[in-house]
Amino acid sequence: MHPTATRSEQETNTPPSSEPLISVQGLSVEYAIGGNGFWGHSRGSLRAVEDVSFEIPRGETLGLVGESGSGKTTTGRAVLRKVPLAAGRIVFDGEDITELHGEKLRRYRKRMQLVFQDPYASLNPRKRVFEIVAEPLLVHGVVNRIRDAEPQVRDLLALVGLPPDVLFRYPHAFSGGQRQRIGIARALSLHPDFIVADEPVSALDVSIRAQVVNLLQDLQEQLGLTYLFIAHDLSVVRHISHRIAVMYAGKLVELGLPDQIYDDPKHPYTRALLSAVPVPDPAVEKTRRRIVLSGSVPNLADPPSGCRFHTRCPIAVDRCREEEPPLTQRAPGHQAACWLT
Amino acid sequence: MSAADTGPLLEVDGLDVCFFTRAGVVKAVRGVSFDVHRGETLGLVGESGSGKSVTSLAILGLLQPPGRVTGGEIRWKGRSVVGRGGAKLAKRIRGHELAVVFQDPMTSLNPLFTVRAQIAEVLRHHLGMSRRQADERVVELLDLVGIPAPRARADAYPHELSGGQRQRVLIAMALACEPELLIADEPTTALDVTIQAQILELIAEIQERLGLAVLLITHDLGVVAGVCKRVAVMYGGKIMEQGSAEQIFHRPAHPYTRGLLRSTPRVDVVLPRLVGIDGMPPDLIAPPPGCPFQPRCDVASAQCAEMPALERDEEGREVACWHASDRDPLRAGDEHAPVV
Repeated sequence: MHPTATRSEQETNTPPSSEPLISVQGLSVEYAIGGNGFWGHSRGSLRAVEDVSFEIPRGETLGLVGESGSGKTTTGRAVLRKVPLAAGRIVFDGEDITELHGEKLRRYRKRMQLVFQDPYASLNPRKRVFEIVAEPLLVHGVVNRIRDAEPQVRDLLALVGLPPDVLFRYPHAFSGGQRQRIGIARALSLHPDFIVADEPVSALDVSIRAQVVNLLQDLQEQLGLTYLFIAHDLSVVRHISHRIAVMYAGKLVELGLPDQIYDDPKHPYTRALLSAVPVPDPAVEKTRRRIVLSGSVPNLADPPSGCRFHTRCPIAVDRCREEEPPLTQRAPGHQAACWLT
Repeated sequence: MSAADTGPLLEVDGLDVCFFTRAGVVKAVRGVSFDVHRGETLGLVGESGSGKSVTSLAILGLLQPPGRVTGGEIRWKGRSVVGRGGAKLAKRIRGHELAVVFQDPMTSLNPLFTVRAQIAEVLRHHLGMSRRQADERVVELLDLVGIPAPRARADAYPHELSGGQRQRVLIAMALACEPELLIADEPTTALDVTIQAQILELIAEIQERLGLAVLLITHDLGVVAGVCKRVAVMYGGKIMEQGSAEQIFHRPAHPYTRGLLRSTPRVDVVLPRLVGIDGMPPDLIAPPPGCPFQPRCDVASAQCAEMPALERDEEGREVACWHASDRDPLRAGDEHAPVV
């Protein structure tokens, strides 16, 4: 159990020669504004995610970072085919699943699962732990009667570090950390290859957060899982990810290895984001230079011209207001979208 | 002039707060003591259920039944603000000499009134300003907290503002009567990191400019490290350790403080593995006897069944632990040495 050792091995292997487990190309998602509008008239649409591309090699974690409204959660859902795509292609384990539907999509869905942020809202309070964890098995026809699932559920609970006596209790009896373990057990019940973890530890206390992060890392090693780890907390992301993608206002602005992103960020937004994270060390805090961004995230119904970050960027020039910078290669495995850096 | 002007602004002395619920008596705060002096920033750190927010509500006199102060004293400039006589004083100073900013900028403002109306209400109530005087002062305050085009924005309704701007409005409202102490209860928890940085900068700047004292209540050790000179760490309704930021972060003496620091991932250092704290926070209806952290503590012994007193050492740090020692959380076990 030496996560660093495996991590550095994997890092030296990148770019990976093997086929990625999941590959996303030019993903865009649109939402109609105001639902379907009054009398069914939509007031136009909003591109929550635009032209996002990335790959995740098998057994690795991609950390997807951004603030509220950056499109990170929508990206996670789109990869799972939970929201309709406006454009783009998703290839999972060598097969294009962009257009799949019905029984075929169900077969792929079994292999991709979601762990939610809020452990208080994501478990049905009227069901016992056993029913919660067994439900996917029943839905996907792995077992025909729910009681047949008991041995598997017991194994899953042991896997996530819960004692067997929790089986017939209701979610209200558990703390946040334990509920998150139940949610992870449910996600693992169908033996998925790929897990989208959407802010899985943000709602937990610090001392509990570390337990759940460690659990996710151990499970990855034991089961060879591939994660898309969505978070706004850059310190947790650095800890758990093999690669990191930074989103701003629906676009991917930077993508790279953790050391590239944290020690040599190329995009001014990444720089500002990193400098804004407080460090629990007064001596470090005293000497750090903080880039404080003015203003807030732009309205995506009417996105700024050119680079979407130019309205808040401390170094923007005229070109940034007119032309949109493409993602360009800065070092092996390191891409950023900025005209100036 | 008098002792009231030289002593601490706020003294909390052996405070007990209980909530009398149907399930039992929740002992949310047990024997908490600390002082806040003029112009200083004290950080009160703890996880959920540690009693940090309940302590702030008790100071403000805002505890609602079934919660009640059941013991101890809270003094504002030497005068009690608890009990029957104290409630009157608490009401008079609250919002005036003693102001508060809560966590959630989405629900702390009334959605039906403009920003101007809500801030002006404070000014007219506490300072007896006329409508015109209040209107002028509202614009000054919005300018002070960095709202662009304050004259126009004063007529905005809360839903027209972003989360960061709403928090700025709440800070403007708290500063309206030039308080001597600002209680900031998780002021940035609901905000994005870049907005959090803006608000923390604003609080530090205002503190410097107006010389007010700040009691910052948070679960985020990073926020405390950047802002506070002195820090108190709470767990299970008690203060575990209290000292300068340097002492708490570089030489933590209490096993809980050490555990908390070890569990916190940092952006500037890569640790091979986080070390969490096993177990869960205590049940405050039937707290474990003695030290509340004992069931999760890796150095606990039989002695811990008795609660150790907060002992002050020669450097002025106070620790409540029989096994207090000070070691650097990162240097402590060199197996956790930074990798990068």
